[in-house]
Amino acid sequence: MAHVKRPLSPHLGVYRWTVTMATSILHRASGVALGAGALWLAWWLFAAASGYEAFECVQGFSTSPVGMVLLFGVTLALMFHLLNGIRHLAWDMGHGFEVKTATVSGWTVIVLALVLAIVAWGIGLSMMGAFQ
Amino acid sequence: MSLRTPLGKVRGLGSAKDGTQHFWVQRVSAVALIPLTIWLVAELVCLTGAGRDEVLDWLGNPIQAILMLLLVVAGFYHLKLGIQVILEDYVHSEGARLATSLMNIFVCFAGGAVSVFAVLKIAFGG
Repeated sequence: MAHVKRPLSPHLGVYRWTVTMATSILHRASGVALGAGALWLAWWLFAAASGYEAFECVQGFSTSPVGMVLLFGVTLALMFHLLNGIRHLAWDMGHGFEVKTATVSGWTVIVLALVLAIVAWGIGLSMMGAFQ
Repeated sequence: MSLRTPLGKVRGLGSAKDGTQHFWVQRVSAVALIPLTIWLVAELVCLTGAGRDEVLDWLGNPIQAILMLLLVVAGFYHLKLGIQVILEDYVHSEGARLATSLMNIFVCFAGGAVSVFAVLKIAFGG
């Protein structure tokens, strides 16, 4: 059996990026990020159940500059995964497969996720008096 | 002895041998998580800057505790299913896939167990 150099099908890298490709891989990426977020939630709940010192430790991390950047990232991932998940459920029922519809719904999900994440943080920060 | 033909045994099960079970449970948990995550975000925004006492008060309410239990159970199970698909797609070596798949199951169930324990402890006044 000689090794014949057969042509390979082109890999992802040869294609121009489209918003539908981006939302597809972002759904997985945001899912992984939410895995970290879920463990963060478990840590927070366990600390609240454990005592004041443990709770202060989580709150200290969550309100540190690094913690707040990460928490905003988790918020954004949550909004995106939630909205894009609804888009996936619509596809599961056979709706929205036309190229134009999928492109429009893709951009809608991205923009809306950003808006909702910023609104959630705006409300939270204003409750802490950050804008006074 | 089974009277079923070999074809009848595998029909509808696919290469993973469990049919559409994974697909279906992923969707059921996804649908459950839509209202639950909206509730969680709203509650966490309201709890911005809250101390431990306020969190204990909040989860001391039975409705809130039950919703949190539903969220962590549906959430960690949905996470386990999602990460499993990613590992099956991207981890090609069989040994590494087995190791990471086991780790995925253990971490997700541990995260769920820790969360459920914490919520129950707070809810029962602990």
